[in-house]
Amino acid sequence: MARQLIKGNEAIAEAAVRSGCRYYFGYPITPQSEIPEYMSARLSEVGGTFIQAESEISAINMVYGAAAAGGRAMTSSSSPGISLKQEGISYIAASDVPCVIVNVMRAGPGLGGIQPSQGDYFQAVKGGGHGDYKLIVYAPSSVQEAADYTYKAFDVADKYRIPVMILCDGLLGQMMEGVELPPMRDLSALPKKDWALRGWDRNGPRRIINSLRIQPDELERYIDGLYKKYDAIRQNEIEVEEYLCDDAEIILAAYGIVARICKGAILKLRKMGIKAGLIRPITLFPFPEDTFAMHAEKGSVKKFVSVELSKGQMIEDVRLAIGGKKPVAFYGRTGGNVMNEDDVASFIAGGK
Amino acid sequence: MAVFHKTKDLTSKPFHYCPGCTHGIVHRLVAEAIEEFGVSEKTIGIAPVGCSVFAYDYFNFDMAEAAHGRAPAMATGIKRVHPDCLVFCYQGDGDLASIGTAETVHAACRGENITIIFINNGIYGMTGGQMAPTTIMGQKATTCPNGRSGINGYPIKICEMLATQEGTYYAERVSTHNVKQVLNAKRAIKKALKNQIDKKGFSIVEVLTNCPTNWHMSPQDSLKYIEEKVILYYPLGIFKDKDAEVKNA
Amino acid sequence: MHKIIIAGFGGQGILLMGQIMAYSAMTEGKEVSWMPSYGPEMRGGTANCAVIISEGMVASPVISRPDVLVIMNNPSLYKFIDRVEEGGTVFVNSSLVDVKVERKDVKVVYVRANEDAHELGTEKAANVYMMGAVSKVCGVISPESAHRGIEHGFSSKPKLIYLNKKIFDAAFERF
Repeated sequence: MARQLIKGNEAIAEAAVRSGCRYYFGYPITPQSEIPEYMSARLSEVGGTFIQAESEISAINMVYGAAAAGGRAMTSSSSPGISLKQEGISYIAASDVPCVIVNVMRAGPGLGGIQPSQGDYFQAVKGGGHGDYKLIVYAPSSVQEAADYTYKAFDVADKYRIPVMILCDGLLGQMMEGVELPPMRDLSALPKKDWALRGWDRNGPRRIINSLRIQPDELERYIDGLYKKYDAIRQNEIEVEEYLCDDAEIILAAYGIVARICKGAILKLRKMGIKAGLIRPITLFPFPEDTFAMHAEKGSVKKFVSVELSKGQMIEDVRLAIGGKKPVAFYGRTGGNVMNEDDVASFIAGGK
Repeated sequence: MAVFHKTKDLTSKPFHYCPGCTHGIVHRLVAEAIEEFGVSEKTIGIAPVGCSVFAYDYFNFDMAEAAHGRAPAMATGIKRVHPDCLVFCYQGDGDLASIGTAETVHAACRGENITIIFINNGIYGMTGGQMAPTTIMGQKATTCPNGRSGINGYPIKICEMLATQEGTYYAERVSTHNVKQVLNAKRAIKKALKNQIDKKGFSIVEVLTNCPTNWHMSPQDSLKYIEEKVILYYPLGIFKDKDAEVKNA
Repeated sequence: MHKIIIAGFGGQGILLMGQIMAYSAMTEGKEVSWMPSYGPEMRGGTANCAVIISEGMVASPVISRPDVLVIMNNPSLYKFIDRVEEGGTVFVNSSLVDVKVERKDVKVVYVRANEDAHELGTEKAANVYMMGAVSKVCGVISPESAHRGIEHGFSSKPKLIYLNKKIFDAAFERF
């Protein structure tokens, strides 16, 4: 199939439709507005529903309703809008409802700026909303991956009945690359959802989508069950790329678009005689701890450097995974500034 | 021979509502109406946060429990997936008229084909009697201990407000303070549900109810309070009915 | 591999020019990326995009040191000239840019893009005229693939396709 040259945001939207998403609810915010724009036209072609909601809060609760009723549903936003969605995300997670949430990150905190950032790592990976819960978080690094992981996200969400987040940044959302789009799914072949609301015909149990468990023991049992589910996800769903790590003495840790910049830097460093490599978590939760731990054990590896568009968020997970076996340095930019490969290469070459 | 029976659309679980509270009556009216339309098996209800948070335990349908104020948004998502199901929201005044005002107004403006049962008892019951957006002037609550005055702002009139919106199909306010009013409430609830079955659009029935516990009154006095005080601020009647507009046109 | 930065005013077709080049190269089987500046700037504001065309994987889509720089207005020259790779090529739209490039370690090509495009039919195609010059001098894309790119880029305005191909070809001939 011929490749198309499309924006990351458009790739996400089209891949969602092809994966069976027929319900999209969103609210405009830069730099992700191409997603609702695309969906408004595309979903009407395939008999789906697009609603420009009155707020991010309403949008995520419409997703909650549509997904609770068994539809493949998605919302997208950028950082401040994702903050508004957190209440709904917590409820969805606590009702075992599958859905997909896209965060095309921009610089925060507050209204911040509209340029690229990775400042929402903690929010995405550590919870975001209230209570003990997790999302599966995919961090695509190219427009092709933005399409592929959005496509996959709906399947994984259904498999575990969990909200899945696509975490990318304004740069990936806005840039264009050649993409081979996945095939259009046959909706009738999607797994049946016996648990979903549809009207109770008096056969089997009544369906109740609910996150209220007012008895402490009942709620604790439920949360224990959630964490069993997260353990299974850790077993099965970790995805990570290792780039030139075999002989690396310095291992960079980066995700999303920054990993691409780091690859460019690594090629330059290797020309300078510095053996650098990269571990790129593709799933931020579950985090590829074992990959980091394995390299940390190697005598040849001298140190790790976490490179992020933040003041240092993923670095905490890198440190936890490495368990103090090797030093971990940090290089980052904030405010919407994006480092280039020379910046990263000179930081590493400078031996900091 | 007509024999009274409990509707099969309520479960056998005893209500947790306080003695004398009319929530239970409204539950029964809604469940009976749906049973009478014969659409029980194609009904999905949405419970709010507030006193009726456990409504999913009482209504014998597929049910969802929404976040505080978000029932109309959740109902929108459900209805779009199952346009042939009857989807209703059961919401209190704090839920619908305070934290969920935006969701309510915009569901109406979209002409969303759902039915909202709006329980207005002028108080936050579940959290212990704080001032509601619908607490009437002079009425005491734990966060306006001297009675609501201008300093607290004025009570919101939902039916009057929604009646101004093009997307609203039907908005009526009814009461539960005596048998006649309860029967009238049932008529309004049936109409609001039938509108949805007939795919007419957004319908809301505001039901004035009591809260003997947090109003610190006997049940009888609380019903009298609705009749003598609440109705003065919240007059009963139809505020919008596009059926009538069509007839009159 | 070509690392191209195109910069000018919004409304000059800067982003479209980059997209057409990236698309054209993609039809040759190359790996490409196109990265725009984005923000509240619209017509009249500054606009630039970074295009990478490569035989293999595109690592960073962010260009630190372009080997091709296309300058469509004065402010862009000052903003980007120091970043060009030694030995790189700078295309200057001399119709609108009234300063000369002082660097001696880069090749400079002055292109009367607006005037020549105007004479060929429309000044609006100054971007496509410039693309013809860049394609010829740097061997970035072939005329055949450029034509495919123009067809794709102007698919919503098919009346403009013929004229733009003509203007591309004229520039490709001249440089």
